[in-house]
Amino acid sequence: MRFLRLLWGNLMRRKMRTALTLLSIFIAFLLFGILCIIKEGFSAGVTMAGADRLIVRHKVSLIMLLPVAYERRIAGIAGVDAAMHWTWFNGIYQDEPKNFFGSFPVEPERFLDMHPEYVLSDAHRKAWESTRTGAVVGKTLVERFGWKVGDRVPLKSPIWPRKGDGAWEFDIVGVYEGAKKGTDTSGFFFRYDYFDEARAEGQGMVGWYVVRVSDPNRTTEVAALIDAEFANSPFETKAEPEGAFAQSFIEQIGSIGTILLAILSAVFFTILLVAGNTMAQAVRERTAELGVLKALGFTNERVLGLVLAESALLACVGGIAGLGVAWVMTLGGSPVPSILPVFFLPVRYLAIGGGLVLGLGVLAGILPALAAMRLQIAVALRRHA
Amino acid sequence: MTALTNWLSQVWSVTLFALRTLPQRRGASLATIVGIAGVVAVLVGVLSIAEGFRAAMSITGPDDIALVLRSGADTEMTSGLGREEARLISDAPGIAHGADGAVASAELFVIINLPKRTTGTDANVPLRGIGPAGVQVRGNVTMVEGRAFERGRNEVIVGAGAARAFAGLDMGKTVRVGQNDWTVVGIFTAEGGASESEIWTDAAVLQPAYQRGDSFQSVYAKLASPDSFTAFKDALTADPRLKVKVVRQGEYLEEQSTMLTEFIRGIGVFVAGLMALGAIFGALNTMYSAVAGRTREIATLRALGFGPFPIILSVMIESVTLAVIGGAVGAALAYVAFNGFTASTINWQTFSQIAFAFAVTPELLVTAIIWAAAIGLVGGLFPAIRAARLPIASALREG
Amino acid sequence: MTIETRTSGRTGTGIESDNLVSVEGVEKTFRRGSEEIRVLAGLNLRVPRGEFLAMMGPSGSGKTTLLNLIGGLDRPTRGSVAVGGDRLETLSSRRLAAWRAQHVGLVFQFYNLLSVLSAAANVELPLLLTNLSRSERKRHVATALEVVGLSHRANHFPRTLSGGEQQRVGIARAIVSDPTLLLCDEPTGDLDRKSGDEILALLQALNTQHGKTIIMVTHDPHASARASRTVHLEKGQLMTEAAP
Repeated sequence: MRFLRLLWGNLMRRKMRTALTLLSIFIAFLLFGILCIIKEGFSAGVTMAGADRLIVRHKVSLIMLLPVAYERRIAGIAGVDAAMHWTWFNGIYQDEPKNFFGSFPVEPERFLDMHPEYVLSDAHRKAWESTRTGAVVGKTLVERFGWKVGDRVPLKSPIWPRKGDGAWEFDIVGVYEGAKKGTDTSGFFFRYDYFDEARAEGQGMVGWYVVRVSDPNRTTEVAALIDAEFANSPFETKAEPEGAFAQSFIEQIGSIGTILLAILSAVFFTILLVAGNTMAQAVRERTAELGVLKALGFTNERVLGLVLAESALLACVGGIAGLGVAWVMTLGGSPVPSILPVFFLPVRYLAIGGGLVLGLGVLAGILPALAAMRLQIAVALRRHA
Repeated sequence: MTALTNWLSQVWSVTLFALRTLPQRRGASLATIVGIAGVVAVLVGVLSIAEGFRAAMSITGPDDIALVLRSGADTEMTSGLGREEARLISDAPGIAHGADGAVASAELFVIINLPKRTTGTDANVPLRGIGPAGVQVRGNVTMVEGRAFERGRNEVIVGAGAARAFAGLDMGKTVRVGQNDWTVVGIFTAEGGASESEIWTDAAVLQPAYQRGDSFQSVYAKLASPDSFTAFKDALTADPRLKVKVVRQGEYLEEQSTMLTEFIRGIGVFVAGLMALGAIFGALNTMYSAVAGRTREIATLRALGFGPFPIILSVMIESVTLAVIGGAVGAALAYVAFNGFTASTINWQTFSQIAFAFAVTPELLVTAIIWAAAIGLVGGLFPAIRAARLPIASALREG
Repeated sequence: MTIETRTSGRTGTGIESDNLVSVEGVEKTFRRGSEEIRVLAGLNLRVPRGEFLAMMGPSGSGKTTLLNLIGGLDRPTRGSVAVGGDRLETLSSRRLAAWRAQHVGLVFQFYNLLSVLSAAANVELPLLLTNLSRSERKRHVATALEVVGLSHRANHFPRTLSGGEQQRVGIARAIVSDPTLLLCDEPTGDLDRKSGDEILALLQALNTQHGKTIIMVTHDPHASARASRTVHLEKGQLMTEAAP
């Protein structure tokens, strides 16, 4: 582009100012990126929920247990393709409550069939089926504690003490990965048969069921059928789509999430305001030179374009760097795996960020650019003299 | 002495000069103020969440309530105690005694699902069955509406925080949990503490409703004095018939709040720190252009014999003044927007909701102003040094 | 750019004139608050092709305003300005800008160079509006700098050049797109006598050797002496025409 040298010259006129403006735009977009990562981490459960899956829990609350015998009854209901149970184990590693992660006894075959988003190699799958104390652990969790296949991991559960001394031990036989980027790979799964036999109490009771329906368009209908099946029994159920279940989980964290988002947005726009003002100021200072350009025959539109290009260039360089660094941050994995196990920056947020970058470039430049366009040459030249 | 007053008057007159040109730099100065106000508002806003949560999860007054759980349990949720154990615990030494004997309450703690008023989605609300001395143990419970529940009946009283946050918890309404209906007969406060997020009923009614037979989850005991905790604890842990863990209520709550509070504080300081960087860049820009705009004037002053320090100081004074104005505006904004704002979130340790109010404390406001002043100082320092170093002769020629 | 080298003396006035510029009944008023100031009052002026015209007059007599009108930098309140057959008041602002780029070279008292660009880049500015390729632009810039005698300073930035040198760059910029008309507003007003003389000599050479028509506003009788004709303005009126 033939005006590049002019653009460059103008940006380099006050190197300090350009650098500072770039840095503040950089920070604004870095924050934006982090905000998106946090938001994605909180809502990963919703976006990753299977459209054909239901969660069936005790009607009173999730912490109340259901009989394991429900599995067959649920599987028999019209429209249900498969059903499996989960139980909240609340395993604690090394007696340190901070070493918290999700741990669940499940039935391996049904679990892997129900959750294609967890990818496990055939070798690991076989090992799990043949090892009674075997556990399959997500990639992020393995990285967090530096575990590897073959390790024996002691866990304590305040809810489910083992018969005898209460402590549990599991052998890591496999590591699963996520099929998609946002898949939570921070779980610890072990065999239900081992768990049920060894737990001190509560035999035959499980936490909740995950149910796959044959027709994803009929989830609500099937949910109603399931709840009707168990109405007026000692264990009434509440069935709802996995997405809705995950959503209500986020709502539990509740207004805090919204408030943090609101605050971060405020941050973002404050910085943009400051950066935008500086950019506008840089253009205002050059009124006279813009007048000269017009005198030399630059049309109004061209002057407008030049000014806009300058602010857009600043915004792009700073903004893309900010988004880029936010993206690079996700490569190292989550710094707070117990709170945000899912830690990545989806492409759609990068696209939104890109849009905001352009928006900033245009908004910061448009007022001074319009002023430059309307500038009367005779007036501008006189000001210069 | 005269040297000092002379020097001070130099600073004063240079600053006056600077301030007189302020209106010409209205836009940039305003942007600086807004930027710093933003930083401070965000900092105070986020920290007020942590403060509010911490306040809800802490006790006021003496720490003279002991909480007894099954050994190995870290919360009431995962604890379990039989009737006999509960009786043994209330017979232990160190407990305060009232007209009806030991002031101790064996309690059940369960969770029910109720929709949030704000979103309509289900949330976990703690439902607590308390013993006859339950209110007396806590000592800070006040009924603000209605009356206490009658023992042996399906009646509940609701903490003011829970009543605000969850649908269906109004006076006279019926809450259906499982196959039981519970009538709300009163609303209580507990000095803003965690109890206000709970629903209370008679433990003896809750036991059969939840198939808990004769078991409890915890015993709350009022101590004769805060100092008798050790005696109480030692007696219980030494008793071979019991396998329990004894903690002070204050410590128990604090432990539960630490993780979330630290997390929020961490986010707050991180975000505000990044933002402060942005604001410093903004302030630097403003002050650099302020200095650039006054080049000739500053050079003239220097040529007339003004020293470099009055120039430096005048730039710094301007920058800090702008920053502190911004800080005050931001702190005021945060106070108006956030103080007393009620919210609820999940307490992961008990897997249940806790309602609390954001608290913009005086300490937070002081922190805010300190941050603002620091941004102003950094933002003014380098431009000030540049101003003082201006080569006089060439600066005089500049327009 | 092809700077024609004409040695013919088309600067004479006796021949039936082929007018490049004709200003007819031009009036220009400015508003300052509620007050209306009439800067030009029904002024007529003709400038034949190839002339070097000096315009003199006291401050506020309307010299610069007239120059701006002829250069298409401003529009008259009433009347008509025609340059080389184009009636400027009929052109849209976009067409006018294109017209300026093609037909007029402007030289300013304070040079008005862009401080962020080197001498060569400043000279190149008007060519950015043409379709010329980069190498063609480079060639034209080199020629223009050669004409003003500044080839050796092409890569210097304005602040490292003397006033006279800056004005040469300004002139190079004015002629680089080979316009027929040069408009100079006090081109020597900010220069010492020696540099001023050099600039005037350069302008004279452009007039005589390259056939540029030049209109120059000046305060300086010394400068006007170089022109082929001098007109005087006073209170927005053309006073007398001094003989060349």
